[in-house]
Amino acid sequence: MEHYLSLLVRSVFIENMALSFFLGMCTFLAISKKVSAAIGLGIAVVVVLTITVPVNNLLFTYLLTEGALAWTGIEALSTVDLSFLGLLSYIGVIAAIVQIMEMVLDKYVPTLYNTLGVFLPLITVNCAILGAALFMVERSYNFSESVVYGFGAGLGWAIAIAALAGIREKLKYSDMPEGLRGLGGAFMIVGLMSLGFMSFGGIDL
Amino acid sequence: MGLRKLLDSLEPHFEKGGKYEKWYALYEAVDTIFYSPASVTKTGSHVRDGVDLKRVMITVWMAAFPAMFYGMYNLGFQANTAMAAGLSGVADWHSVLIALLVGNDPTSIWDCFMYGAVYFVPIYVVTFVVGGFWEVVFSTVRGHEINEGFFVTSILYALICPPDLPLWMVAMGISFGVVIGKEIFGGTGKNFLNPALTGRAFVFFAYPAAMSGDTVWVAVDGFTGASALSVVASDGLATLQNQMTWMDAFFGNMAGSVGEVSTLAIFLGGALLLYTRIASWRIICGVMIGMVCLSTLFNFIGSDSNPMFALPWHWHLVVGGFAFGMIFMATDPVSAAMTNTGKYWFGALIGVMVVLIRVVNPAFPEGMMLAILFANLFAPLIDHFIVEANVKRRLARG
Repeated sequence: MEHYLSLLVRSVFIENMALSFFLGMCTFLAISKKVSAAIGLGIAVVVVLTITVPVNNLLFTYLLTEGALAWTGIEALSTVDLSFLGLLSYIGVIAAIVQIMEMVLDKYVPTLYNTLGVFLPLITVNCAILGAALFMVERSYNFSESVVYGFGAGLGWAIAIAALAGIREKLKYSDMPEGLRGLGGAFMIVGLMSLGFMSFGGIDL
Repeated sequence: MGLRKLLDSLEPHFEKGGKYEKWYALYEAVDTIFYSPASVTKTGSHVRDGVDLKRVMITVWMAAFPAMFYGMYNLGFQANTAMAAGLSGVADWHSVLIALLVGNDPTSIWDCFMYGAVYFVPIYVVTFVVGGFWEVVFSTVRGHEINEGFFVTSILYALICPPDLPLWMVAMGISFGVVIGKEIFGGTGKNFLNPALTGRAFVFFAYPAAMSGDTVWVAVDGFTGASALSVVASDGLATLQNQMTWMDAFFGNMAGSVGEVSTLAIFLGGALLLYTRIASWRIICGVMIGMVCLSTLFNFIGSDSNPMFALPWHWHLVVGGFAFGMIFMATDPVSAAMTNTGKYWFGALIGVMVVLIRVVNPAFPEGMMLAILFANLFAPLIDHFIVEANVKRRLARG
C-alpha cells in the first residue's frame, strides 16, 4: 500500500508531466485561458490516462515484449519480440479508447460530453498520454502500478493546467509588453511555475 | 518651500512636450517621495484615508529594519567569535575595509555591527542600484510610474542572501527577480510570484554552491557552520540543542542570512505590519496552523532514519527562514490569495509545504522560499474556487 502511495505522490508532484517533463505542452498552453475549460480538460486527461496506461500495460506484457506470446502455447511464437511495434500500438490504443469514450459519453452522459467538447479528440494527440505509456514501459511497472501511475500522472497534469489557467486569468488584463502577450507570456509563466515545482526535486520516495 | 518651488519650476520640462518628457517617471518618483500628490479622486471613490501604495511600501520597508540591524550585528558577532577562536577572516576587500574601520572584538557591539555592515551594505547597494536600474528602464520605456514596491523587493532580497555571496550573483538574481518576476507581467501589482523570492530562487538553482551548504553563512575563512536546519537534518535535535537553546534561536544567536536569524526582531517588524493591517493576519494564521498541524503529525509518526520527523513546531518556527518568510514574504498582497477565505488556505498551503520540504526532501534543508513560491502558483486558483463557491451560495439563496 505504502508503495502505491509513494508512487502516486511521485507521479503527481515530483515527476509532474507538464512542469518537470514539459509533456503535453501544446494543449497545456492552448486550453489554459479559462479555469473552467482547463479543469474540464484536466478531468478528461485523468480519465483517459487512468484507462490507457493499464490497457497499454496489458498489451505490452501479453503481446509485445519479448516472450510475451508464450501464453499462446505455440512454440514458434514464444521467442518473438514485437516491442518495435510499441509506439504504433500505444497510440492506436489511445486513439481507439478516446473514440470509445467519446461515444459512450455522448450516449450516456451528454452534459459532460458537451462540456468537454473538442477537448476529448484533442487528447489523442496529447503527448503526455503517449509519454505516460512509454514511461510505464521504460520503468517496467506491473498492472496495478500502471493504474496508479496513470491516475497520478493525469492528476498532476490536471493540477498544473488548472494553476496555469488561474494565473493566466489573473493576468488577463495586465499590461504586458506587446510581444509577450498571449503565448510568449504563457511560456514565461510555465517556466516560472516549474521553478516553483522544483521544491519537489530531490524528494526520494 | 524652496524644494517645492524647485520641483514646480522643473515640472514643465518633464510634462508632455517638454525637453525631458522621457524622464517623467524619474521626476514623478522624486516629487512624490517628498510631497503627496495634490490630485485627488473626483468621482465617488473608495479611498478611506491618506495611506497610499507609497506609504504602505515604506512601512514594510521600515518594518524590516529591526531584523536588518540585528542581522548585521549578529553577522559580525558570529564572525568575530569564530576569529577569536583562532580562525582568520576572508582575505579580500571586506577584511581590508574592516581593518580600516574597526577592530575584531566579539564583545564590542560596534565592532560586530560594522563588520556586518561591511558585508551587508554592499549587497544592499548592488541590489538597489541594479534593481532600480531595471525599474527605471521599464518605467521610462513603458511609461508607467516608478514604483515603491521596489523598496520592499530590494530589502527583502538583500536580507535573504548569504552574507558573502559574490556581488555579481546578487546583481544577476535581482535582475531576474525584477525583470522576469515582475516587469514583463506589467510591473507592480501584476506579478504572480514574489519578485524577491523569484530572484533568490534563480540564484539558488543557478549557483547552489554559493547559496547553500555549510560554509556560506559565516563570513570567515575555513569556517564550517552548518545552518541550524542542516544540523537537525543530519544529527538530530539533541545535537542542535548542544549548540544553542531555543531562546538563542529565538533571539537570533546563530548563523544564517542577515534577515532570517532573529525571530524576535522579525516579530517586532511583524507587529507593526499587523497593527497597520498591511500584512494579513489571516495568511499568518494559515501559515502557523498548517505548519503546527503537519509538524505535530510528523512528530507522532516518527522515523528511525530521519531526525527531522522529531523536530517540534516551536523549533520549526525559530530556525531557518520560516518566521521571515511568514511575516514578510507570504503576506505580499500581490502574489498571495486575495479573498479572505482564500488567505487561510493559501497560508495553510505554505505551512504544510514548508514542513513537507524540510522533513521529507533531503535535497533542500530549508523550504520556506520554495513553499511560498509553490503557494503563489496556486493563489489565483484558490481565489477562483472561493469566488465560484460564493457565487453558487448567493444563487442558491436566490
